[in-house]
Amino acid sequence: MAYFLQQLINGVTLGSIYGLIAIGYTMVYGIIGMINFAHGDIFMVGAFIALIAFLALTALGITAIPLALLLVLIIAMVLTGVWGWTVERIAYRPLRDSFRLAPLITAIGMSIVLQNFIQVAQGARVKPLQPIVTGGYELFQNGSFTVIVSNIQILIVATTVVLMTVFWLVINCTALGRAQRSCEQDRLMAALSGVNVDRTISLTFVLGAALAAVAGLLYLLYYGVIDFFIGFVVGIKAFTAAVFGGIGSIPGAMLGGLVIGLIETFWSAYFTIEYKDVAAFSMLAIVLIFFPTGLLGRPEVEKV
Amino acid sequence: MAEPGKTLGQKLSAALADSLLAAIIAFALFSLVLGLRTIDNVTGLTLEPRAVLLASVVGIVFFCRLFLNLFVWHADYPLTTPFAKLFTLAPFERRDIATLAVTAALGVIGLAASFATSNPLYGLIGAVLLTVVGLGCLRRAIFRTFPDLPYAQIFIAGGIAFALFFPIVTYAIESTFHLGMPLRYWFDLSILVLTYVMLGWGLNIVVGLAGLLDLGYVAFYAVGAYTFALLATHFGLGFWVCLPIAGVAAALWGIILGFPVLRLRGDYLAIVTLAFGEIIRIVLLNWTEVTNGPNGIAGIPKPTFFGLPFSPFADGTTFSSFFEIKYDGLHAIIFLYYVILTLALLTNLITLRLRRLPVGRAWEAMREDEIACRSLGINTTLTKLSAFAIGAMFGGLAGCFFATRQGFVSPESFTFIESAIILAIVVLGGMGSQLGVAIAAVVMVGGFEALRHTDGLQAIFGDGFDPALYRMLLFGVAMVGIMVWRPRGLVPTRAPTIALKDGRAISADLVGQGRA
Repeated sequence: MAYFLQQLINGVTLGSIYGLIAIGYTMVYGIIGMINFAHGDIFMVGAFIALIAFLALTALGITAIPLALLLVLIIAMVLTGVWGWTVERIAYRPLRDSFRLAPLITAIGMSIVLQNFIQVAQGARVKPLQPIVTGGYELFQNGSFTVIVSNIQILIVATTVVLMTVFWLVINCTALGRAQRSCEQDRLMAALSGVNVDRTISLTFVLGAALAAVAGLLYLLYYGVIDFFIGFVVGIKAFTAAVFGGIGSIPGAMLGGLVIGLIETFWSAYFTIEYKDVAAFSMLAIVLIFFPTGLLGRPEVEKV
Repeated sequence: MAEPGKTLGQKLSAALADSLLAAIIAFALFSLVLGLRTIDNVTGLTLEPRAVLLASVVGIVFFCRLFLNLFVWHADYPLTTPFAKLFTLAPFERRDIATLAVTAALGVIGLAASFATSNPLYGLIGAVLLTVVGLGCLRRAIFRTFPDLPYAQIFIAGGIAFALFFPIVTYAIESTFHLGMPLRYWFDLSILVLTYVMLGWGLNIVVGLAGLLDLGYVAFYAVGAYTFALLATHFGLGFWVCLPIAGVAAALWGIILGFPVLRLRGDYLAIVTLAFGEIIRIVLLNWTEVTNGPNGIAGIPKPTFFGLPFSPFADGTTFSSFFEIKYDGLHAIIFLYYVILTLALLTNLITLRLRRLPVGRAWEAMREDEIACRSLGINTTLTKLSAFAIGAMFGGLAGCFFATRQGFVSPESFTFIESAIILAIVVLGGMGSQLGVAIAAVVMVGGFEALRHTDGLQAIFGDGFDPALYRMLLFGVAMVGIMVWRPRGLVPTRAPTIALKDGRAISADLVGQGRA
């Protein structure tokens, strides 16, 4: 029971990170109907920006951890947002009205570019960071096994919950959110009603990238080590999460993130760690066979 | 956006403002990830500023953008027009000729400067400029003189003839005159390119004809390779026995993986095929008892020439002793070249024939509209499964060849990036176009594989320059660039599979692709 609870805590933490990234996939899919394959690498760039910003702030003499983390968060969100904007502008906007596979190929190309750019610019070695947020709470003890919630886990879940709430408010209660939802339903009609479609799509990418940057920072703090390749694996998992929850649905992305995080953690805890990805992917295939549009996805109505 | 009515000053200030904005964005992008480099130390990570690099990148962005703003995007007569005209039959104006002449002159100056200063960078630029102008003018001249020749057919026939005779002719020349040509490298590279041509043609059946987006094609490549590797090492079977077995095994896997995804559409299909590709790789990596895990399987035999092995030792009849010629390591490689060429051409031939059969027409009908297809009584289940199975079979055959060529297989070779490269070849070539896939494979794989071995680049960019490091970066840039430049692929027209009277090529825009 204690072991189960500990794994539950770990799984929710991992799921929160997946969920934050999955939102970027699901939002972009909702609005322009493409798989943004480069999103996982935007997450990786975000983690690198966070790492370098943190080191730079330390070098500048800002050593108060809360202040430094807040500054790093802001810098990472802004700069990664610029990356997201640039990727959309260069690789996706020229192909907006092209056929479906064209932006998918540029997205894969962009993913290769980002990975190799970071590899060339920052080196291929893994980048370690000493633990910044330490400590934790012992929940209870069962025999020799102690259930621990570390501060970083609390921070991750709390940040995710806060951001989700803010994000939900943005989507539902602001002009940007309205514009976004209208573009999602009918881009041409939205344009005719005075919505600036290009800007709305750009902002969607910026928002998604900013959330990915937060995920990158949290990943960096949680695991303490990043390299140029993390974007691929984490990105695929997050995309799986988005599809799992029903791509295009934002609560679905969160739910999918949690489910994938939990499957992965429990599989590693009770079965073999080598096959945790197989478990997550097989679960995806099984769920999709029974719910072909994901858990919370709207069924696709096809007009003939 | 400078309209024609604007004054020069207004245009200039608009261009400057735009370029400045681009420079600011470039600064924001690169300030941290390029301007500061993380260095590993005993005490942890430290930062090393690279202000000069950052400044030069931002400067390059600014000036390139300024140049484009002034002379291409908002110019009254864009500088690119003369070069675009090289690809049409439109008559030249005087300023077109002037621009091309200046470009050619710059190319000559570049070459001269390269000889004078012995800096190969100028030579490279000059050669590129001269080649563009020269080839463009040649192409235009030919097209204007003989407008009615069947160029596509000539090109295809020429390509096949080149592929057929290239190794024999170069080998004959080399063994007669001993020019020191790097034949081994050329043949290896050609074999690699042909493997990707075959994989591209195989995936083209699934993506280009049936319109099913498959992101895990490399799984079948892996199945083929491991089938042969395991059969060869455990049961001592040879290549020719295992080739059909590998094809059948991969086709079976295609059907097994095809069943669960029958109900899925579009991106759900894409992610599940991607997941299958990863699952197969992870299983190969971790099922150590059978696959030997990350260490892979070594000692896979080479194919024999109708039972005659290529070997320097005379235990029994070998290829060289049977034909009473001197043993040469290149014989085996040339033979491998012809094996993959045959396999690739077979793939092409079968695809072309299948397109005329009911099943091929059903694939294309399903690509265009699945619901209409169903209501006309076509069994979409069988249609999808047959596309998966046949596509997978060719992947398996290519995998079997890959195993025998390398003599070694490991899960390293079957990562997602391989699937992405194969899919990129199919899409960049113009989906459904057999010729386009071949061209794209030559450009993407051949071009960038050659870059790995270009020692001359060190002379240009200094000794610290490692082309291999930038290879994948350039590959990605090329993928994005080609796609943005030609969204419908390199060969943007299609010959209809069936036509009422005369089959005229149609624009690829009219072909529905990758929807289902």
